[in-house]
Amino acid sequence: MTLTGRAKALRRARRSTSLARREALTFYLLISPWLIGLLLFVLGPMVASLVVSFTRWDLLSPATFIGLQNYEKMLTRDPLFWQSLKVTAIYTCVYVPMELAGGLVLALLLNQRLRFEGVFRTIYYLPSVLPGVAFVVLWIWILHPDVGLLNTLLSYVGIQGPRWLADPGWALPALLMMSLWGLGRSMVIYLASLQGIPRHLYEAASIDGANSWQSFWKITIPLLTPTIFFNLVLSIISTFQTFTSAYVATDGGPLDSTLFYVLYLFRQAFQYFNMGYASALAWVLFLIILALTLLIVRSSGRWVFYEGERR
Amino acid sequence: MSAAAGRQAARRSHRGRKRLRTVTSYALAVGGAVLFLLPLFWMVSSSLKPEYQVLQYPPRWLPDPIRWANYAEALTYVPFGRYTLNTLFIASMTIFGHLLSCTVVAYAFARLRAPGKEFLFLVLLATLMLPYPVTMIPIYIGFKTVGWVNSFLPLIVPAFFGSAFYIFLMRQFFLTLPLELEDAARVDGANTLQIIWHVILPISKPALATVAIFTFQASWNDFLGPLIYLHDQTKYTVSLGLSFFRSSYDVQWAYLMAASLVTMLPVIILFFFAQRLFIEGITLTGIKT
Repeated sequence: MTLTGRAKALRRARRSTSLARREALTFYLLISPWLIGLLLFVLGPMVASLVVSFTRWDLLSPATFIGLQNYEKMLTRDPLFWQSLKVTAIYTCVYVPMELAGGLVLALLLNQRLRFEGVFRTIYYLPSVLPGVAFVVLWIWILHPDVGLLNTLLSYVGIQGPRWLADPGWALPALLMMSLWGLGRSMVIYLASLQGIPRHLYEAASIDGANSWQSFWKITIPLLTPTIFFNLVLSIISTFQTFTSAYVATDGGPLDSTLFYVLYLFRQAFQYFNMGYASALAWVLFLIILALTLLIVRSSGRWVFYEGERR
Repeated sequence: MSAAAGRQAARRSHRGRKRLRTVTSYALAVGGAVLFLLPLFWMVSSSLKPEYQVLQYPPRWLPDPIRWANYAEALTYVPFGRYTLNTLFIASMTIFGHLLSCTVVAYAFARLRAPGKEFLFLVLLATLMLPYPVTMIPIYIGFKTVGWVNSFLPLIVPAFFGSAFYIFLMRQFFLTLPLELEDAARVDGANTLQIIWHVILPISKPALATVAIFTFQASWNDFLGPLIYLHDQTKYTVSLGLSFFRSSYDVQWAYLMAASLVTMLPVIILFFFAQRLFIEGITLTGIKT
């Protein structure tokens, strides 16, 4: 009796493990396209990129192993590497906070249950989905020193605008301004999470005598920190990859004042065909972004507030 | 009496403050909207100006007379029809690839249990943050080795191996679906692929549409990919064609604005029809984790 019971239990257990094994097999079969893609387009290329970064290779003659020379050249003998790093770092340091704050301000503005909220949201969001090249071409025209929209508007208030993209001192700020036209993307993300904050929290706070300024800092901001965190990581990763605007609008100039990192990498790879050196640049970019992301994730424990009850 | 009057005055001033705040909000929202729309207005206006008015100083706000011929001339100056067909082909193949691969992978991540799944899911999330330039060079060398450079294949084939972002998006969507339908189908003896095809796909249209729209937009807007892989002018995409058009010698600004507007138009139209899906897609992946 007990023996057959145990045998039954054993058989049931065996059947359930075989079911589990089948389920696992199905899982791996179904994700196999992604797994193969991961090897072909992510892990493989990353290893290959590291290997190529230790060589000199123009794709015509065979690659020659040169050890750490590419990295050594980059760090000690290549002022353009430092210039591109500087341009990208400045741009990131200025643009990311502006996007975080600007997107939040627009979202707060729209979150006041304005009439036509949908119309405003459409207008703010639209530029951020437009094709990059057309977006940039339009802005080159707006920034035209003599008959551009921006300098025309400035002339109405008695300011003679700079030569923007043709001026080494103003080209980077001009690109910055241009990118702010795409602020709507972060606004939409903020707006969604603002609308997820339960109203009763504000009502309770106002009964306790909190004014709207206090509610903003004690309720809105803490509950938004996960979204701010998400936008911060996304924004840094994407600004470090700025390419189209620099390539189309200025081609890195004037005087390398808009030589973004990825533009320089692109030149080394696809214009000078220094595949080894370009791969070294790619790995350094990877390490920089990885370090920044880890830094933010590490710090997030201190300032990102997660609700106890997470859905 | 005086207390009541005081209370009334306080209430009035409160209401006044509230009204002031509303008026300020509308003023800011409208001001912002004007700022965001001005560039588009300027583009439309410039695209319709006769040549002598484009560089006129001080600039005119509106063209007079309106010159529609700019569009026809700009679009024949370089073969934009060809570029459009090329881009549409790449975009539709990429959409097909993503829908096929991401659905299956996302379903597995959402529903099936297997050892190592949590780890693989973390790997998937990590690849979301991997910058394209990091793997760009070896992938280029790989495609060059198999002789695919200067063809559409490098822009299409990777889509059939899934994309972390869309897999994640669809997984998030599948997690919100009730389990009962699948259980019923399983009792009836359906296998996993049949369940995905007959049960999951029919109720996942919003997620499929979101992936399709995002993929279309990404393909249509992509620049770096076509720039690296397409060398033959007959193979150019619209973005590449526009960039080429802009760098060609002595091109008129009215033409450039007309061509830019035409390049933007499909995305603008799509956006107006499917704004809700755009926003849901962004927030689905952005807020919940």
